[in-house]
Amino acid sequence: MSNENVISVDGLTKRFGHFVAVDHISFDVKRGEIFGFLGANGAGKTTAMRMLCGLSLPTEGKATVAGFDVYTQNEQIKKNIGYMSQKFSLYENLTVKENIRFYAGIYGKSDQFIRQKTEKVLEQLHLTNEADKLVGSLPLGWKQKLAFSVAIFHEPGIVFLDEPTGGVDPVTRREFWNMIYEAAANGITIFVTTHYMDEAEYCGRVSIMVDGRIEALDTPSMLKQQFDAASMDQVFLKLARKAERSDN
Amino acid sequence: MRTLKFLLQKEFRQIFRDPSILRIIFVVPIIQLLVLPWAADYEIKNLKLSIIDHDRSTYSRQLISKITSTNYFLLEEYSDSFHDSEEEMEGGKVDIALEIPADFERDLVRDNEAPVFLAVNAVNGVKAGLGSAYLQSIIRDFNSEVRAKWIQMPRFSPELNIEVVTANWFNPSMNYKFFMVPGILAVLLTMVGASLSALNIVKEKEIGTIEQINVTPIRKHHFILGKLIPFWVLGLVILTIGLAIAWLAYGIVPLGSMLVIYAFSALYLLAVLGLGLLISTITHNQQQAMLISFFLIMVFVLLGGLYTSIDSMPGWARAITHFNPVAYFVEVIRMVVLKGSGFADIAPYMLIMFVFAITLNGWAIYSYKKRS
Repeated sequence: MSNENVISVDGLTKRFGHFVAVDHISFDVKRGEIFGFLGANGAGKTTAMRMLCGLSLPTEGKATVAGFDVYTQNEQIKKNIGYMSQKFSLYENLTVKENIRFYAGIYGKSDQFIRQKTEKVLEQLHLTNEADKLVGSLPLGWKQKLAFSVAIFHEPGIVFLDEPTGGVDPVTRREFWNMIYEAAANGITIFVTTHYMDEAEYCGRVSIMVDGRIEALDTPSMLKQQFDAASMDQVFLKLARKAERSDN
Repeated sequence: MRTLKFLLQKEFRQIFRDPSILRIIFVVPIIQLLVLPWAADYEIKNLKLSIIDHDRSTYSRQLISKITSTNYFLLEEYSDSFHDSEEEMEGGKVDIALEIPADFERDLVRDNEAPVFLAVNAVNGVKAGLGSAYLQSIIRDFNSEVRAKWIQMPRFSPELNIEVVTANWFNPSMNYKFFMVPGILAVLLTMVGASLSALNIVKEKEIGTIEQINVTPIRKHHFILGKLIPFWVLGLVILTIGLAIAWLAYGIVPLGSMLVIYAFSALYLLAVLGLGLLISTITHNQQQAMLISFFLIMVFVLLGGLYTSIDSMPGWARAITHFNPVAYFVEVIRMVVLKGSGFADIAPYMLIMFVFAITLNGWAIYSYKKRS
């Protein structure tokens, strides 16, 4: 892990009318880091992530991703990141292979690159036999792993994962995190939101958002020490209890 | 360019895997063109007639047989009093009542004129208007026959008689199918084009894939083109099916060149698809997109000159039709199919359609936002 910041955020804010979804958050993420972005429902995680991905225009504050400004260079950012949204977003009526080919194609990858890498990825996912099946017919766990592989297929520097393991069984979650570790080992910076506190323990550093603000940011072990807690679960509960808003 | 290739590949695959789209493409044109022209017909037939003949003379019988010998009227009943006929009319069993007064024959012979009374059920305005017009022209005809028989025409008629002879140009037999089928073709292209494209992007919004597209470095106009081109091709396929049905089922062969029809339709489709894509970018779910596109299609079709003549609309409505692509298409396709108009004749319409296509698609690209 180098000391170079690939994401730096300073006072980033998003308002929807009078509602402040993200309230002056500041942090840096280093290259190759697994950065956990925690918070209760409605804390503003997804909004913050969408601003960093160039999907949502910030109201104020500064942020650069992969060295590009989120206000003016959002399309350059998009070339350098991968993104896996909360909603499953592969095409269910396309096959596994066709989905991979489509997304790799619009990132401008060559046919040769696509062909070779598709084979490799399918092998890793043990999906070689399912390559020509419609994605809609796969079980959820497989879909999620495939979505992750598609998100990093074009070899981005950073990948943003928005609750990637929601609704997935523990075994698949474990496998999913193995894939995340492997991607990180290949130098991809991981920016991940999650609700599972055991997953928070896998992260290099963790930030916890409450009501649009970042209330805590450190390694899991330092956070446990700071909040005098035995597990990340307790750290989270102590912080989240202060929350005044929820998604309902 | 390469991006576009991938987009088109994906879009066509999805279309061919979607049975409902395929059904729309093939079944809708067949049903619309095979069923509607027979039903949507301006000709009024089988009007139910009640006759109150107080005269019961030779002439009155001749008049009645002349009326019933056409296939426009069905003699529903002879009644004894107008009151009876009125009751039947109120019950909806009779459309027109014709009362012949008691001294019809005598008056006709002696005074050269005799009144008859016509009562029309005007609940259905078109039926009433056309029905009474038919009946009046039959009576007028009868009248002149009688006059010819009774009045010895002097060599130089003291009365000036203007005889009007009509010839129906471009549709000599006044076959309504020649008139309706091209129009229905226009509606078909509009409906399928606008609603399929309106539903498409919004569907990606609903299932969330648009988010994944928006986070790629894809260019906005590539994305819109990737949506536009497949439906444009489909539209031309539908047009081809439609023209084939018009030929096979009705023997309608365009007088003008096919090239002109396809060139104009190609531009027209770009315009309607642009409208659909625009709707798609400003709505959030398929219901909204469907409702808006149906509202617009309804207005466009009713003000499009297909069912009613644009020339007879009030000024404000005619002003609206200047912004109605359907009106231009109905006009042009009738010109080409019935009159054989060529490129020179439809050039102004081509230009207008080009402006429509550029504006609507440009607007769609503008209103499609990758970042909120």
